Amino acid sequence: MGRYVIRRLLQMVPVFAGTTLLIFVMVYALGDPVAGLFGDRAPDPATAARLRAEFDLDKPLWQQYLLYLGKIFTGDFGTAFNGRPVAELMATAFPATVRLMLVALVIETVVGVVLGVVAGLRRGRGIDTSVLLLTLLVISVPTFVTGATLQFLLGVKWPLVSPAVSGEARFGELLLPGIVLALVSLAYIARLTRTSVAENTRADHVRTAVAKGLPRRRVITHHLLRNSLIPVVTFLGADIGSLMAGALVTERIFNIQGVGYHLYQGVLRQNSPTVVGFVTILVLVFLAANLLVDLLYAVLDPRIRYA
Amino acid sequence: MRTASRLTGAVAVVAALAAVATACGSGATGRGETGVVRASWGDPQHPLEPANTNEVQGGKVLDMIFRGLKRYDPRTGRAVNAVAESITTEDQRNFTVRIADGWEFSDGTPVTAESFVDAWNYGALVTNNQVNSYFFQYIEGYEDVHPAAEDARPTAETMSGLAVKDDHTFTVRLNQKFSQWPETLGYNAYAPLPESFFTDRETWLAKPVGNGPYKVDSYTKGQSMRLSRNENYSGTDKARNEGVELRVYTDTNTAYTDLQAGNLDVADDIPASQLKNAERDLDGRYVNQPAGIIQTLTFPLYRREWQGEDGRRIRQGISMAIDREEITERIYHGTRIPAGDLTSPVLGAEGGHSRDLCGRTCTYDPERARKLIEEAGGLPGGSITLTSNVDTGSHRQWMEAVCNSINNVLDDNGACRIRPVGTFADYRKDIAADEMTGMFRAGWQMDYPLIQNFLQPLYYTNASSNDSGYSSEEFDALMDRANAAERSQAVELFREAEKVVLRDLPAVPLWYQNGTAGYSDRVKGVRLNPFSVPVFTDIEVV
Repeated sequence: MGRYVIRRLLQMVPVFAGTTLLIFVMVYALGDPVAGLFGDRAPDPATAARLRAEFDLDKPLWQQYLLYLGKIFTGDFGTAFNGRPVAELMATAFPATVRLMLVALVIETVVGVVLGVVAGLRRGRGIDTSVLLLTLLVISVPTFVTGATLQFLLGVKWPLVSPAVSGEARFGELLLPGIVLALVSLAYIARLTRTSVAENTRADHVRTAVAKGLPRRRVITHHLLRNSLIPVVTFLGADIGSLMAGALVTERIFNIQGVGYHLYQGVLRQNSPTVVGFVTILVLVFLAANLLVDLLYAVLDPRIRYA
Repeated sequence: MRTASRLTGAVAVVAALAAVATACGSGATGRGETGVVRASWGDPQHPLEPANTNEVQGGKVLDMIFRGLKRYDPRTGRAVNAVAESITTEDQRNFTVRIADGWEFSDGTPVTAESFVDAWNYGALVTNNQVNSYFFQYIEGYEDVHPAAEDARPTAETMSGLAVKDDHTFTVRLNQKFSQWPETLGYNAYAPLPESFFTDRETWLAKPVGNGPYKVDSYTKGQSMRLSRNENYSGTDKARNEGVELRVYTDTNTAYTDLQAGNLDVADDIPASQLKNAERDLDGRYVNQPAGIIQTLTFPLYRREWQGEDGRRIRQGISMAIDREEITERIYHGTRIPAGDLTSPVLGAEGGHSRDLCGRTCTYDPERARKLIEEAGGLPGGSITLTSNVDTGSHRQWMEAVCNSINNVLDDNGACRIRPVGTFADYRKDIAADEMTGMFRAGWQMDYPLIQNFLQPLYYTNASSNDSGYSSEEFDALMDRANAAERSQAVELFREAEKVVLRDLPAVPLWYQNGTAGYSDRVKGVRLNPFSVPVFTDIEVV
């Protein structure tokens, strides 16, 4: 187990280097970020040159990348063009997004698995069909449509919630955005669980458990679910990354100053230190989540062993 | 009965989801603090320094916490004295500035002649990296503190044209005659700075201190700024409310929704998708008034195919092929006005604005458009492109409309195609590098309400925003004469110069852009100034 973890951690190094290099090249190759700072005016050559030097933009790309990597390891993510250190932006953005992600993750896991189990156990019946239809509907409607609609209905039409989340982004305020963010994944989880549960109900070990006369609840939680959850956990692992990035749309709609918002601003203003810094952290989160998922397999299915 | 049970099942699930969704709210937030106006805001692009702020969101704050020598009257756009008691000149080049008594910064320190001179020298000095440095370019000695070459070092720290006479007087010597120069001093870049700015800039940036009608109480970067009325304010435009809370919104749509929900009092910049319904949604609490912004289509005159008499005729033809009336009505719902000159309605007739200066050239005339383009040998290369950034301002829509209009007139679906550019920075990079091939968008938001500002930066030879590469000795000479003339004659000369541009047509006027805003029933007296920024001091909370 320990060796497996170390091997996986080592594998992360080239993945990390590769992805950051890719992002770096893409963002910096896009154009001259300094040109956008001057609005509709031609950049003043002297000031532009000084700004370029300040942000290392006057050096060749490979050198910029090495300088950047070197700084990252000391915790310095550079300074955004608005004068704020990127690390400070992250300190305000990530907690908000992580809270949003947790809310979404809990909602999609609980509701998704419950719906999936209910549908899977009653395959072909009315409840199963409605879950399938509903999830199909949720999957086919884009997030910004559900988000804007729910925001208008619950925030303006029947004023139950505030349409915009305040700067603190408390858990209570994040419920509605969390639901919106969770919806699509929730539908996938429900469908995954349903299929897997429906399959496993006919598995030998479940039949044996039922034949032994175990209570139905125990059969479902201990024998049926444990196996059925493996594909769901795999999905959740991948979903953590996409939730963080996918928060872009939700955060914009509900005015959450999180990762999505700063990434969007960064791209819009071609604020390279912000974009590269945030994406770097996202890559790390994604890698860690995947490792966690792989380790969870062993917990869920004792037959899986890591040497 | 199977279908029936399925249906009930579906209904049950929907009901359950709805219950989950509604159970979560902590209820709509309250009506806000008494007397405080809650307004939408965007994260400023630069640190909040007067000479380093060139966009609306940062400018909005500077307008609240600073008063310069002059201030622009929110109704007429005219420059009136604020901190200045008088600005006098004999020769349109040497100016004596007298500062009125009693002005203080909100930290209690007095506003003196040094507050201005030091601030201006700071703004101009190249090593301070201020994006608005060029505002000081008319002051003698600017090129010593801000050499134009990329790697040159400044040979002086201060501009030789500025001299402090006493606490309340300083003199300015310009490097050329510029009669309208005092009129430019209402721009935020010319604001005075307190001593605390120079001694501890970091602290100052965290909580800026100015001399305006408001003072900053707290500033949470990226989220909100709370301002309260500055009780020591010496100006005549004292705030009629207790304070303003500026909230950063990630999206104008969200601000608009929050306004509808009653959680926000003033939202400026109504999103394009809501313009159609704003008047009805907001029950008339909707503001739509001219702002000092004009959109034009500019041509790359640095390319051979756009030069000469034929190029000019093609540009005229293209201009006549654009149905401005129809496009502004269909897409913008009355928030854009078809343009007939290169200025803006906010200048007023005495300021040099006139909608018929462009005449036939800016009037939709398919017959003549076709004829002109045919006579000139057709579009260069058979077709043209229209370029703009598409990340903001719903530019894609009008670009398609303009191209359609041209295509319809020429009866050729491939005559005009749009070439969208992803980001503004990328777009500006291409323009700065002279890499445009076809026509491209050039929006101009005025720095100060003067006809000079709509012409000089855009069409003077080698000027900072002269994106087309236009150069005309006749125009330059007229501009020089206008700048040197007494104020009363200047406007007429500027108009003469503008006629030259409209004749050569390096750029085609499209439309004047209005400012839009909506407000809640909790406030009254909401209007926009000529820069499309709400006049916060006039807003009353009821």
